[in-house]
Amino acid sequence: MLEINNLHVKLEAEDKPILKGVNLKIGAGEVHAIMGPNGSGKSTLSYVVSGRDGYEVTEGSASLLGQELLDMEPEERAAAGLFLAFQYPVEIPGVGNMTFLRTAVNAQRKARGEEELSAGDFLKVVREKAKTLKIDAEMLKRPVNVGFSGGEKKRNEILQMAMLEPKMCILDETDSGLDVDAMKLVADGVNALRDAGRSFLVITHYQRLLDHIKPDVVHIMAAGRIIKTGGPELALEVENNGYADLLAEVN
Amino acid sequence: MAAPARKDAAREAATEARLAAMDLPKGGFTTMARAAALARVRAAGLPSKRDEYWRYTNPAELTVADGPEAALFAGQVEPQLFGARDRLVVAFTDGRFDAERSSADLALEGVEITRLAVADAVDLHWARDLYGALEADGQQPVVRPLAALNTAAATDGVLIRATGRAAKPVHLVYYHESTTSDAILHHCIRIESGAELTLLETGPAAARFSKVMEVDLAAGGRFHHVRAQGRDHSRRAITHIFTRLGAGSQFKSFTLTANGVLTRNECVIDIRGDGAVAHVAGAALGDGATGDFHHDDTVFVTHDAVGCESRQVFKKVLKNGAVGVFQGKILVKQGAQKTDGYQISQALLLDEDSQFLAKPELEIYADDVKCSHGSTTGAIDDTALFYLRSRGVSREDATALLVLSFLADAIAEIEDEGLQAEIVTRLEGWLARRRKG
Ligand SMILES: Nc1ncnc2c1ncn2[C@@H]1O[C@H](COP(=O)(O)OP(=O)(O)O)[C@@H](O)[C@H]1O
Ligand SMILES: [Mg+2]
Repeated sequence: MLEINNLHVKLEAEDKPILKGVNLKIGAGEVHAIMGPNGSGKSTLSYVVSGRDGYEVTEGSASLLGQELLDMEPEERAAAGLFLAFQYPVEIPGVGNMTFLRTAVNAQRKARGEEELSAGDFLKVVREKAKTLKIDAEMLKRPVNVGFSGGEKKRNEILQMAMLEPKMCILDETDSGLDVDAMKLVADGVNALRDAGRSFLVITHYQRLLDHIKPDVVHIMAAGRIIKTGGPELALEVENNGYADLLAEVN
Repeated sequence: MAAPARKDAAREAATEARLAAMDLPKGGFTTMARAAALARVRAAGLPSKRDEYWRYTNPAELTVADGPEAALFAGQVEPQLFGARDRLVVAFTDGRFDAERSSADLALEGVEITRLAVADAVDLHWARDLYGALEADGQQPVVRPLAALNTAAATDGVLIRATGRAAKPVHLVYYHESTTSDAILHHCIRIESGAELTLLETGPAAARFSKVMEVDLAAGGRFHHVRAQGRDHSRRAITHIFTRLGAGSQFKSFTLTANGVLTRNECVIDIRGDGAVAHVAGAALGDGATGDFHHDDTVFVTHDAVGCESRQVFKKVLKNGAVGVFQGKILVKQGAQKTDGYQISQALLLDEDSQFLAKPELEIYADDVKCSHGSTTGAIDDTALFYLRSRGVSREDATALLVLSFLADAIAEIEDEGLQAEIVTRLEGWLARRRKG
């Protein structure tokens, strides 16, 4: 599904390397988790893969279902099936959440040569998916993420994911700032989307999200590299011992 | 604030040259007002770019005896804005009343409506105390000679007196069909105690257009105003709104300007009665690629009563060398306690060639007031742009959404949601025409 080879990335503005040779291979239907201390480059990885400006790839490659990602515009990557749930979802005043969702869904359908959803069909699907995420009609009408609580913003990300039905979903700290109930809601939303043809990369700080979204593979990232890869037990090890031992082991 | 315009020989010569080229109507009930206005023009002289009040906008094309020609709009014609609504239409083509395009009968429940050119044949009319009166008041503390010139020279306009709740909106539609038209219209509107009127205005009006609208609100009167200044690229316009608010009255005005080589919209708000509310807002979009664009909003709000609220919300989207200007002032007089004054002017620059010049001012002589003003200039937010694109929205569509997002606060000042929606549709059209591919 997603294949990242020896990815080196630096900031465009300053000569600061952030990713220093990341390798990652996620098969179809798999769930991978990336854990790692703050500042290790997890968000950067998700941004570079989804096409944000401001980063320069100095070496390496990334592909989605065999398609080279790094030459594509962000919207092309989205149409190809990539989705990033943001660590900090962006507020867009004056643009209704519903308008935003419909614009996105139809833009992707158009890019794939599919017919646009009619307003009626769209509404039906949104309402149904919103309901399972406990997103009420009021939240759908409000401007995108404006005045949403932290939990509401994260649930709104999952709603977008559910509507767009991507193949490769990257979740960047979707659990941060959520209480247990909200986290369960988000995890249920993610689990409902698990499918043989859909893969997930779950970036998180804490093991607790991984109790709800069970990963197949866990990676530990530090200082711009994946320093260790293992099964779910690796997450437990981090939970119990912190990163210090792992870092020491590598050094 | 600027002192009265300096007297000088060049200014005097320019003023006389302009007056000599005009056919000043003698007027009926307006005779005295016109003569007084002419005296004001001569006393102040026409403005020049050396005047402080015209520092950011060169008035030369507005004052010169023969206005520059303006090509007619060549783009695809859209259905008329507000055209599907039930309303009373008064149409002017190049400044002349156009009976064919107007409603058959200028009668409307709750409203008396006459044309200035018709009413001005006689000496007595309710508008006699209003015509030129608010304009004259508005010459302090800053002179506005072009408004006085309008009072002296207006050839037509409408006189509207709302005595109750108007059964439907009055829609002034301005057509521009001559490349050399130089139109001068003057409207007087009186909203009697407790009465209510919605006034719509659309269209470019003329190659060069001068318009003054005086709006007098008695206690508890309500006035809603939504205008769109047409899509013509090369027209010039100088417009003034002078309004006086009685106790508990409400004035709300919104203007959409897309295109136009030169536009200066002045709004002079005089809050006289306690508990009155005045909101004035504007959304302007200019793309220098389709003709020069210079757009100036100049607002002066005077609070001279207790417990009143004023809001100014102006947004400009500028591209390809377009220029936006905002001069806005809130003056709170002594004794105008519990004033709530708010002013925001913001520009979204879609490239580095465009510029926004803002001069926000507060002058406060009362101690128990809440006044704020802010002005910002910025570009499209990269993070928001990326967020939208990461959802599959193209760069062009994402930019359009963010432009609408930027303008939303100004549009929200329109009270009627249906009118809001029509304005948004127009904006979407403007943006769609500027998308690549
Ligand atoms: N736009 C940026 N400007 C400056 N520094 C950045 C920028 N993006 C990332 N960094 C730096 O790169 C490193 C990795 O950041 P990030 O990818 O956000 O880490 P994580 O998500 O693992 O906490 C940090 O040192 C961070 O300060
Ligand atoms: Mg991060």
